[in-house]
Amino acid sequence: MFDIERWQEIFETLSKNKLRTFLTGLSVASGIFILVILLGFSSGIQNGVTSQFERDATNSISVWTGVTTKEYKGLNPGRRIQLKNEDFNAVVTKYNDNLEYKSAFYTIWGGLVNYKNESGNYRIQGVMPDNQFIENADISQGRFLNHSDVVGAKKVAVIGNKVSQDLFKGDDPIGKDISLYGINFKVIGVFFDPGGERDESKVMMPITTAQKAFNGGNDIRSMMYTVKMSDNFDEAVALSEQISLGIENDIKETHIIAPDDISAVRVNNTLEEARKIYSLVDTIKAVFWFVGIGTIIAGVVGVGNIMLIIVKERTKEIGIRKALGAEPMSIVGMILQESVFVTMFSGLFGLVAGLGLLEFVGPLIESDFIKYPQVDFNTALTTVFVLVFAGAIAGFIPAYRAAKIKPIVALRDE
Amino acid sequence: MIQIKDLHKSYHMGTNSLHVLKGINFDVKQGELVSIMGSSGSGKSTLLNILGMLDEADEGSYTLDNVPIKNLNEKIAANYRNKFLGFIFQSFNLINYKSALDNVALPLYYQGLPRKERVEKAMHYLDKVGLAPWSHHLPNELSGGQKQRVAIARALASDPKVLLADEPTGALDTKTSYEVMDLIQGINDEGKTILVVTHEHDIAQMTKRIVNLKDGVIIDDSVVEQVRASQYV
Repeated sequence: MFDIERWQEIFETLSKNKLRTFLTGLSVASGIFILVILLGFSSGIQNGVTSQFERDATNSISVWTGVTTKEYKGLNPGRRIQLKNEDFNAVVTKYNDNLEYKSAFYTIWGGLVNYKNESGNYRIQGVMPDNQFIENADISQGRFLNHSDVVGAKKVAVIGNKVSQDLFKGDDPIGKDISLYGINFKVIGVFFDPGGERDESKVMMPITTAQKAFNGGNDIRSMMYTVKMSDNFDEAVALSEQISLGIENDIKETHIIAPDDISAVRVNNTLEEARKIYSLVDTIKAVFWFVGIGTIIAGVVGVGNIMLIIVKERTKEIGIRKALGAEPMSIVGMILQESVFVTMFSGLFGLVAGLGLLEFVGPLIESDFIKYPQVDFNTALTTVFVLVFAGAIAGFIPAYRAAKIKPIVALRDE
Repeated sequence: MIQIKDLHKSYHMGTNSLHVLKGINFDVKQGELVSIMGSSGSGKSTLLNILGMLDEADEGSYTLDNVPIKNLNEKIAANYRNKFLGFIFQSFNLINYKSALDNVALPLYYQGLPRKERVEKAMHYLDKVGLAPWSHHLPNELSGGQKQRVAIARALASDPKVLLADEPTGALDTKTSYEVMDLIQGINDEGKTILVVTHEHDIAQMTKRIVNLKDGVIIDDSVVEQVRASQYV
């Protein structure tokens, strides 16, 4: 392999057969180039689709209550079930090991918010600090609510980007007071939400503040938890289903609700939904890999084909070399080394060209469904090696056969 | 130099069997210039292939420079060809993308000589056949006679024991043929053992001994008065 004489011989052969070398290289380079572009766009589409479903945490369990529809233990149907702080705390205590973020909510569905002469009707939510992660909200200015805001029931608010635009018209809202039903709240942060305008038309404040300001007492409207993800998606789904069921049963027990009453307590588990989305993404991925592997196979067949032609074309030369004393394996080695060198070199060239194109063109693509097209470098490099290796195997067979031909037969080959 | 005893060779094509060589006995001494004659189908090419270790006999023994040539595998055959034999072909068989010099240097590459030595030696043999000024030309820039002279230089380059020439003048006109024969005679004068397969009588007359083959047996083996090619050149 590192025989300098052999390399000299190979470079001489390659440089004296420029067209052949060029065509072999071109087919390999274009194959890898196409594969890189294809994989890049596959990951781009994957990123795009994933970001479309990224509005809220995908592993959340939300709980809210309604009116009982069934008579149970002497209690009449039509009872309104009210969640309390204790319900929230009970769940946190019981499932603490499996829960990541948790927040109770006290929501006013439509609240009039004023700042100077501007006003608007927005959803007012009393929340806990973890809600930032449950909602996947990004803080663009200031900060989100923190623990001491909740404990101290401070009159502070975090407003959505839409609220900020409507009321402040581009002014810096941080530190300003907005008024809600005549009560002033200091704006401490502005958030963006991947869910878009609907989720950004919200004002969030500490749940304790909301309960006090709007006579909520101990009541909460709903609660949300996120389940810790395990590496195995199916396990995570099973766990989150189990927890959902557990929470539902506990609440039914505490509030004396018939076990088969479906409208009094609702527990919604988004992981099941997420599973559908991920399986869609997996399908997209599988399709691209299928096409990609098809491209590689086509590339391998192409390289094999070229090798076959090269060997056929060189049969006479092989005969001459054998007559002059070349051992069969030295001929096989020469042909393989030459082809591996060409495929490797041009494969890497195609790889770099493809990666370069993705790097420069990728950021220019403006589409919601294609984002950051890119290729894992190792994957791409592996495919180059697969192609080189397969090309070598495909070339080995004709080379080996050619080396086995009796020199006298090869010499007669015109 | 060469001893051949009771050599048999048959070719099998499907159910047909063709007995090509039917017991050849023949010796060649050091420094001989022998021509093997015969019409097509007489078995002369087969004999040359066996002598050149490009093919193997079914029966009989073949000794080259006191080395019994038998049970060859590809590797050993390649080795012996490189060490013992130089080939000259009717169609020259030069590698067309290599220069004259590189063609001559090729057997030396397979002998494992370093590049510098290869070039020096190849240049020496090219000079010997009078083609030193053409060393960097490709075969297709050379005339037929020049190509054959490059091929002869290549055959000589590995300093073989025996030169085997298969119709060396078959593709050349009469004048060029005689020039090539002149060169071959010159090499023989220096002591090289040379076997020439031909079907041209005038070429055969330029060797020292004519072996006549017919239907797989030697019908005549006689020493002749050598005609010097130089008188025609």
